Amino acid sequence: MGIEERDRYTGHMTTGHDWNGIKELNTKVPKAVWIFLFISFVFSVICWILWPAWPLGETYTRGILGTDQQKRVDQVVERAIEDRAIWTGRIMDMDYGEILSDQSLMQIARENGGRLFLDNCAACHGKKAEGGPGFPALKDTAWLWGGTPEIISESIRVGINSGHEDSRASEMLAFGRDQLLPRDEILTVIDYVQSLSPVSADQEPKQDRNAAGKALFLENCASCHGENAKGDVETGAPDLTDDFWIYGGTRAAIFATVWNGRKGHMPAWQGRLSDVDRKILTLFLLDLSGMDVDGRSNN
Amino acid sequence: MVGQLTVNERKLAFLILILIAVVGLAMAITGADKLFVVHGLIIFLSALGTIFLVISGYFLPPPDIENAKHYYDDPTRAGIIIAMVWAVFAMFIGDWVAWLLAFPEMTFDAAWASFGRLRPVHTTGIIFGFGGNALIATSFHVVQRTSRARMPDNLSPWVVIFGYNLFCLLAVSGYFIGITQSKEYAEPEWYADIWLVIIWVTYFILYLRVLARRKEPHIYVANWYYMAFILVVAILHIVNNLAIPISLMHAKSYSAFSGVQDAMTQWWYGHNAVAFFLTAGFLGMLYYFLPKQAGRPIYSYRMSIVGFWGITFFYMWAGSHHLHYTALPTWVQTLGMTFSAMLLIPSWIAAGNALMTLNGAWHKVRDDATLRFMMVAAVFYGLSTFEGSFMAIRPVNALSHYTDWTIGHVHAGALGWVALITFGAIYALVPWLWKQKRMYSPKLVEVHFWLALSGTLIYVFSMWNSGIIQGLMWRTYNESGTLAYSFVQSMVEMHPYYIARAIGGLFFLIGAIVGCYNIWMTVRSARMLAGAPEFETPDLGIASAQEIKAGEQA
Repeated sequence: MGIEERDRYTGHMTTGHDWNGIKELNTKVPKAVWIFLFISFVFSVICWILWPAWPLGETYTRGILGTDQQKRVDQVVERAIEDRAIWTGRIMDMDYGEILSDQSLMQIARENGGRLFLDNCAACHGKKAEGGPGFPALKDTAWLWGGTPEIISESIRVGINSGHEDSRASEMLAFGRDQLLPRDEILTVIDYVQSLSPVSADQEPKQDRNAAGKALFLENCASCHGENAKGDVETGAPDLTDDFWIYGGTRAAIFATVWNGRKGHMPAWQGRLSDVDRKILTLFLLDLSGMDVDGRSNN
Repeated sequence: MVGQLTVNERKLAFLILILIAVVGLAMAITGADKLFVVHGLIIFLSALGTIFLVISGYFLPPPDIENAKHYYDDPTRAGIIIAMVWAVFAMFIGDWVAWLLAFPEMTFDAAWASFGRLRPVHTTGIIFGFGGNALIATSFHVVQRTSRARMPDNLSPWVVIFGYNLFCLLAVSGYFIGITQSKEYAEPEWYADIWLVIIWVTYFILYLRVLARRKEPHIYVANWYYMAFILVVAILHIVNNLAIPISLMHAKSYSAFSGVQDAMTQWWYGHNAVAFFLTAGFLGMLYYFLPKQAGRPIYSYRMSIVGFWGITFFYMWAGSHHLHYTALPTWVQTLGMTFSAMLLIPSWIAAGNALMTLNGAWHKVRDDATLRFMMVAAVFYGLSTFEGSFMAIRPVNALSHYTDWTIGHVHAGALGWVALITFGAIYALVPWLWKQKRMYSPKLVEVHFWLALSGTLIYVFSMWNSGIIQGLMWRTYNESGTLAYSFVQSMVEMHPYYIARAIGGLFFLIGAIVGCYNIWMTVRSARMLAGAPEFETPDLGIASAQEIKAGEQA
C-alpha cells in the first residue's frame, strides 16, 4: 500500500495507489454530477409514469396517458385520411373528364402523381417517364393496351403477366429459338419491319426483299401485330410503324426480339396502391402525355 | 518468436495447430457447399502456415530462464502491427463504399464488389480487425504493467492473437464470397462464432490469470474496463449467435430467435457491442495511456467508480432505442429511451475525468500530438455520447432514424473517439516497446493528427447535414396532406454530402497510412540500433513513482 500525498497542482490528496507510475486523486465527485444524475433519473421516472414502461410478468405498466404507439399511429392515420377526404372524395366521385378540366384538382393530381410515380414507377419507366430498354415510355401517345383513362387505370390495377387474376397477358413467340422460322426468313421479315418504321433503319433495308418479307409478316406476325403492323391493343401487341421501340429498334435488337421472343412484366398495383392513388397516377399520366379522356393528344 | 516459447509450449503449439489443420481439412473435404469448403481451406492453410513457423523455431535452444522475469511484450508488438494493417485495409474499403454510395455504378458488375458485401468488410475490419487487435495488444501491455505481473505463460497470448485474427479472416473472406447470417456486427456464421468463443474464453482466462498473479493490492480502473469488455462481449456474442446450422457441413445457419425477439436480441447485442467493445475497452485504453502520457494523476478515483458502474449498468438496458417505432412493444422502447438518457451522466463523468486529468498538463497537449490524439478522443467521446442519448429520445429518433445522421453519429464515435484514442495509445506505446526515445518522426504524428481530425470533422458535418435534410424530406407534407418528396428526390439531395463524406474518409485513410509509415520506420530504426533485445522487468519492490517519468518505464 502506498502513501497518500498531496498533488501540488490541484491540491487534492491521492488515494495512495500507484500503478506503474499512474496515481489517482481522491477528488470528490462534483455536486453537479449528482444533480444531473438526479435530474436524468427524475426525467426517467416521469416517462415511466406517463407511458408504458415496466414489465409485470404477463403484462406491463400502462402509463397514465393510456396510449401506445400503435393506437397513436392508427389515430394519426385516420385523421390524415379525414383531412384528405375533401379532395380524395372528389377525385373518386368525379369522372376523368371533369377532373381534367378542374385546375385545382389537377394541381393536386400533379403534385401527388409526381411523387407516386417517382416512388413506384420510375424504377422501370424512368424518372421522366421516358422509358428504357424493356420498358415503354409513358409520356408519348403510344399505348400498348390503349390510352383511355379507364384502360390505363386498369393496366395499373392488374399489371401485365403479373399473376393477378385479371392480369393482362401478352407474349411474343421465340421464332428463332423455338425453330418456328429459319434464320434467313427472320432476317427477311426484319428487313420488311424496319422499312415500316421511320427511325429504325440503322442500315438501308433491302427493298427487293420487301415482298417476301411482307408475305412472311402476314403469315407469322399479322395475327397479333395486324396486317398493317399497327399493333393491337387487345393483345398488347405494339405498333411497329411508329418511332418507339420498347426493346430497341436496331437490327440487332429486333433480331434478338424475334429470335428469343418477349414476355414483359409489370406488377399489379391493386393491393399496393389505394384506388385513389391509382386514379391519381392515371390522371398524372394523362396530364403528362397531354391526352384527353378519349386518349387523343391535345398537343 | 517461437524461440521465446519453452519446449513444452512449442509441443503444445504444434499439437493445437495440427488439430486446427485437421478440422480445416475435414471441413474442406466433407463440406456440402462450396463456401464451406473455401473456409475449410482457409482454416487449413492458416494452421499449416503457422505450423511451418513453429517448426522453423522448434529446435532453437530453450529460452533463457531469466525471460520469465520480464514482461512478455512480443504479442503486444505483433498485435499493434496487425491492428495497423487491418486499419489501412478496412479504412480503404470504408472509403471505397463511401464513393460507391456517391457513384453506385462503381461495382464493376461483380457480386463481391457490391455495397452489401463490402460494407460488412469495412465494419468488421474496423471494429474487430483494427479495434479488436488494438484492444488485445494494449490490454496485454496494460494488465502486466498495472499488475506488476508477467504473462503466466508464453503460448496463451499467441493463441489469442492467432485465433482472433483467424476469426477476422473467416469473417471478412466470408462476406466477399457471400457468407453472412445478416446480423449487424455479428455476420460471421456458426463455425466462426464457435471458434471465437473458444478464443475469447482463452483471452478471459489469460486476463484473470495475470490479475491473479498481480503484485498490486488493487486492480487499476483500466483493468476493470478491459475485464468488462472481455466478459460482456463473451455473453453478447454467445447469446446473439445462438443458431442451428442446416447441417455440420453447411455454412448456413438459422437463428434461434425469430421476429421481434430476434430484432431485440440483435440490438441488445449491437448496442452493447458499441458499449463494451467500442466504449469500455477503449476507456480501459484511455485510463492507462492518457495519465501515463500526460504524467498526471487520474483526476478522481471516485468519479472512476461512479462512471464505471453507471456505464456498465445503464448500457445494458439501452439497446431497444435502435427499435423505436417498430413492432417492439412501446414499454420496451420507453425503458430503452430512459436508460439511454440516464447513461449520458456516467459517460460524461468518464469523459470529464479524462479531461480534468489533463489539468496541469495542457502545455503537453499543445506540444505533443500523441497526447492531443487522446485529448480530442475524450472530447469526441463526450460529444458522441451526448448525441447518442439525444438520438435515443423517441421524437428525436423519429427524425434521425434510418437517416445518415445515424451514420454521422457512429463515425463521430468510431473516428473521433475509438480511432483517435487508439492512434494516441499506439504512438505512446510504440516507442516504449521498441525502446526508442520517441517516434521516428513526431512531425508525421502531427500530420496524422490534423489529417485525422479534419477527416473526422468533414465526415461528421456532411452526414449531419445529409441526415437532417433526408429526415426532413421524408416527413414533409404538402398542402394536400400527402408526402411532398419521393425517396429518389431525397437521394439526389444526398449526393454532394456523399462526395464530401468520401473526401473526409480519404483524409482519415491517408492519416492512417502516414501512421503506418511512421510506426514502421520507428520499428526499423529500433532494429538497426538494437543489439541484444532489451526487456522490461516488473518492479517487485514498492514502485517508486519519482523514478518513473511519464512516457518512460524502467
